[in-house]
Amino acid sequence: MLVSGIKSRPHYPGLKPDANAKQNVIVADSGGAGAVADMMRQVDADFASRCIVLLVGAGDFAACEPFKFASVWSSPTIATAINRLVNVLQHGRMGLRLYVAGTEPLIGQVVKAAVEHGIEHNSVRTEHRGSTSRRVQCVHCKGITEDVTTNPVTCAHCGTALLVRDHYSRRYAAFMGVRIDAEAPGEIPQSVGEFK
Amino acid sequence: MTANMQRVRVARVDDVAAGIKRFELVGLAGQSLPMFSAGSHIVVTMRDKDQVWRNPYSIMGVSEDNGYVISVHSSPESRGGSRYMHTKVHVGSELDISEPVNLFPIVHTGRKHILIAGGIGITPMLAMLDELKRDASIFELHYAVRSPEAGAYFSDLMSETGRSIRVYSSDRGERIPLAAILSNQPLGTHVYVCGPQRMIDWALEVADRAGWPEENVHCERFSSAPPGKPFDVELRNGTVVHVGEHQSMLEALEHAGVDAPYLCRGGACGQCVTRVIASDSKLVHNDHYLTDEEKQAGEQIATCVSRADGGCIKLDL
Amino acid sequence: MNTFFKDETFRDDFTFQNSPEAVARFPFPYWEDKYMYSVNMEPHVKAGAPGSVYEFPIDIDEHYVSDMRDRALVLAEDPLRCQALPHMMSAQWDVLELLMISMAEAYPKHFTLNRHGDEWHWINRPLRIEDKFRFGDATTLPYEPMEYITRQCQGDFSVLDQRENNLWMDAGIATSQADWSLDFDIGMNFMEWHGPVPLAHEIGVFDRALKFLLNLQQGKPVRRLNWTMTINPRLDTSPENYDKWGIDRCAVTPENVGDKVHLRVELQALWRLPRSNAMLFSIRAYLLKMRELVTNPDWARRFHRVLKSLPPELADYKGLTRYRDATVDWLAKYDDGKPTPTGFLLK
Repeated sequence: MLVSGIKSRPHYPGLKPDANAKQNVIVADSGGAGAVADMMRQVDADFASRCIVLLVGAGDFAACEPFKFASVWSSPTIATAINRLVNVLQHGRMGLRLYVAGTEPLIGQVVKAAVEHGIEHNSVRTEHRGSTSRRVQCVHCKGITEDVTTNPVTCAHCGTALLVRDHYSRRYAAFMGVRIDAEAPGEIPQSVGEFK
Repeated sequence: MTANMQRVRVARVDDVAAGIKRFELVGLAGQSLPMFSAGSHIVVTMRDKDQVWRNPYSIMGVSEDNGYVISVHSSPESRGGSRYMHTKVHVGSELDISEPVNLFPIVHTGRKHILIAGGIGITPMLAMLDELKRDASIFELHYAVRSPEAGAYFSDLMSETGRSIRVYSSDRGERIPLAAILSNQPLGTHVYVCGPQRMIDWALEVADRAGWPEENVHCERFSSAPPGKPFDVELRNGTVVHVGEHQSMLEALEHAGVDAPYLCRGGACGQCVTRVIASDSKLVHNDHYLTDEEKQAGEQIATCVSRADGGCIKLDL
Repeated sequence: MNTFFKDETFRDDFTFQNSPEAVARFPFPYWEDKYMYSVNMEPHVKAGAPGSVYEFPIDIDEHYVSDMRDRALVLAEDPLRCQALPHMMSAQWDVLELLMISMAEAYPKHFTLNRHGDEWHWINRPLRIEDKFRFGDATTLPYEPMEYITRQCQGDFSVLDQRENNLWMDAGIATSQADWSLDFDIGMNFMEWHGPVPLAHEIGVFDRALKFLLNLQQGKPVRRLNWTMTINPRLDTSPENYDKWGIDRCAVTPENVGDKVHLRVELQALWRLPRSNAMLFSIRAYLLKMRELVTNPDWARRFHRVLKSLPPELADYKGLTRYRDATVDWLAKYDDGKPTPTGFLLK
C-alpha cells in the first residue's frame, strides 16, 4: 500500500469509466490488469469497442482477455509502451479519455506523456496496483534511476549514494534523490528495502 | 474587505443594440487605469440619491484614450443598476470602479481556445480575442444573437477576417452547432462559455456528452442576484436588516452600513461567504461556489446572490 | 568609486559582512520567544523608519553588486536555476515591468527607466548595464525578460500561473535558495511544492494561505517572513550543490559560532500581475552572523529562546540539528533572562 501523507505525490483515485468518452485509451501492466477488469465489469457491452488497450511488460494479463477491445497492443517495457502511447495521443481528439493502472513509475510516465500532449493531468484516470518501487531523479547529475526499491540508493549515472526524499515531481515522474553523505562523507547508512 | 476604488469619468456612451449601451471610462484625475487580463471584470458603484448599486461588468477592451470599455444590458429584470446606467449616466458622469478582478481567465496551457458567447456574454470574449490574437494563439469564436440588430458588435465581428469567428442569428434559425464543433478538436483545447444561464447549462451538457473532461470547460455565469421573497438578516450585535424583494442580501447589508466582504458580486469567488448561525426558513442558494454538501448543510451562505425564503436568518457578521 | 556597494564573496573565502546599518535594518522575524508556523501575511506596504527593508516594494541593499555577481556565477555553473515554461511569456513581461518600475522609482540614483510607448531604455548604474529594447519583443533583449531583470534584482523569484483553483510554479530563478530545487519544483502547484514542510499542512496553514492568495488583487501585494540558518554566508544552498555546503554544518565549534553561524531570513512578497493574471513571489534572503545579531541585546535574548524551544521536526527540516546545541550554548551567555517586549523588535 502506498504511504499516504506525502503531500507532493499525486492521488491515484482509481479507474472510473467515462461513459461519454468517444475513445478510451487504457494502459496497464500485469499488476494493473485487475483494475482494468474491475472497471470493465461496471460498463455495458459496447464500451469495450471504444477501447484501445496497451499492455506493458511481462506477466499475467488473463484478467483482460474476456473483453472485446477495439485494439490490444503489448509492449515489453514502459519506454516502448510510451512510444506507442505518444503515437496514439498525437492523433487524439478531445473526447479521448486516458486510463492507467499499475506501478507508480508507469502511471507517472503515462501522465507525463499525456500532459506533454495537452491533456490536463487530473483528466487521466489512475489506479496504483503492485509494487511501490520508485523512479528517482538525482538532483546533482539530473539522471534518473529506475526501479528503486531501497533507501538509500546508488545513482545509476554518477554513482552518488542518494537519500530518496518523499518529494515527487510530475514533470519528471520521479522522486528526488539527494546525496546522503554530504554532511559526513563516507557515512552511508545500510540500504533498507523500503519500496517493494 | 473591499477592492481598491478608482474614480472615473464617462468619456463616451454609444447605443450598440436594443437595450445595450457601450461606455468608455477614463481616470477622473487623468490617471491611467490598471492593465487587466482578458476575462476580468470591474465592479461599478452607482449612486442615485440614497440608492447604491454595485454591478460587475466585464472589461471588453481598452479605449483610444487608455480607458476601459464596458457594455451594459438593461433588461426589465434589472434591479436598478443597469437601468440607472442607461438612463442617468451620460458623458461626464462620475463613477467609482474597483480594480480588475479575473474569475474567467484564458488557460495559458491550452493549445486551442473555443469561445462560445450568447447575447451580452460577448463582452469578456472581446477582451479574450485581443489577448489570443496578441499571443498568436489558435482560437474560434461562436456568437449567438437573436438578430443582427440585437447582437452587440455584430458588424464589427462580421468584418473580422478569417474563418475563426462565426455569428449565428436565431431569428434566421441559426444555432451554434456546438456538438459538431466539439467533436473534432485537438487534445488540449479549452472551451469558454458566457451568456444566459440556460445557454451555459446547455453548453456544459453538450460538452459532457461529447466526452470533454470538466477541466477543459469554463464558464462565466453572468448571474446578478435573482430577486425573491423579502426576508430579514440579524447581525451578531442584534441589529436586524431588512432585505427587499429586488435587493440582494449584500446590498441590504451595505445599505445598513455593514462593511460586508465581497469581491465578484456574482456568486463565483466565495469572498462573501458568511457563516449562518441560525435560520427559521430555508436558505436559497444561488451561488456557484459552495459545494452541494455545503449548501445542504446550511451553515454558510454567499450574501451577494443568495437569500432566505422569507423569515429571518442570523449571520456571523 | 562607489563606497556604498560592498565587494564581498558568498563562497570560497566568504568575505561577506554586514555594516552596522545593515545589521540595524535586518528583518528580525520573531515576535515572541518561541516559533511556530502561521499564515503571517500582511500588506506589503511601506513600514518602519526610512531605510527599513520595508521602505520600498523591492529592497536593494549594500550587498547588491556582490549578490548579483554570485548569481551570475551560479547561473554559469547551472543554467537550470532559471527556467520558464513556454506559456509564461506574458507573465515574464509583467515581471520585468514590475521590477524595473519598482527599482527605478525607489532608487533613481542607481536605476533609470525611460519609456516611449513600447520603446524602453533601461540604465543600471551599479552593474554598468544599459539596454534599449521593445517591450513585448523578447528578441530585443539579451535574455528572456524574467532572466534579464532578475539577474539585476536581489532575491529569488517564482512566477505562479493561476488555474484550476491553484497556483503553479511555472517559471522562476533560484540562486539563493534554502534547499529547494527550481528544476525539480517547476510545474508543481502550491500544495506540492510545499509538500516537504513538516507540521504546517496538518494545521491548515497552506489551505488558508492558498485560498487567500487566489483572491489576491492587483495593487494589494502581501508579504511574510520565513527563516532558517546557514553555516557561512553562502547564498547558494541549493540541493544541487549540497555536497559543497552540507559539510559546513559539521564545521561549527564553540569558538567559531559567532562568525560561521548565520540567521537567514527570507522576506517573501506576492504581487498579482496584470496582463497574465499570474503572481510574482519574491524570496529575498538576508544573512546575519551570530556575532552581529548579539549586538542587539533583545535579539540575543529572543533568538536564544526561540532556538532552544524549537520543535525537533522543525529543527530537522531546517537542517539545524548538527549545530543547534553549539549555537544555543554560545547564545546563552547573551541571555540574561530579562523579559523581551512582544513584537518584532525592529528599530
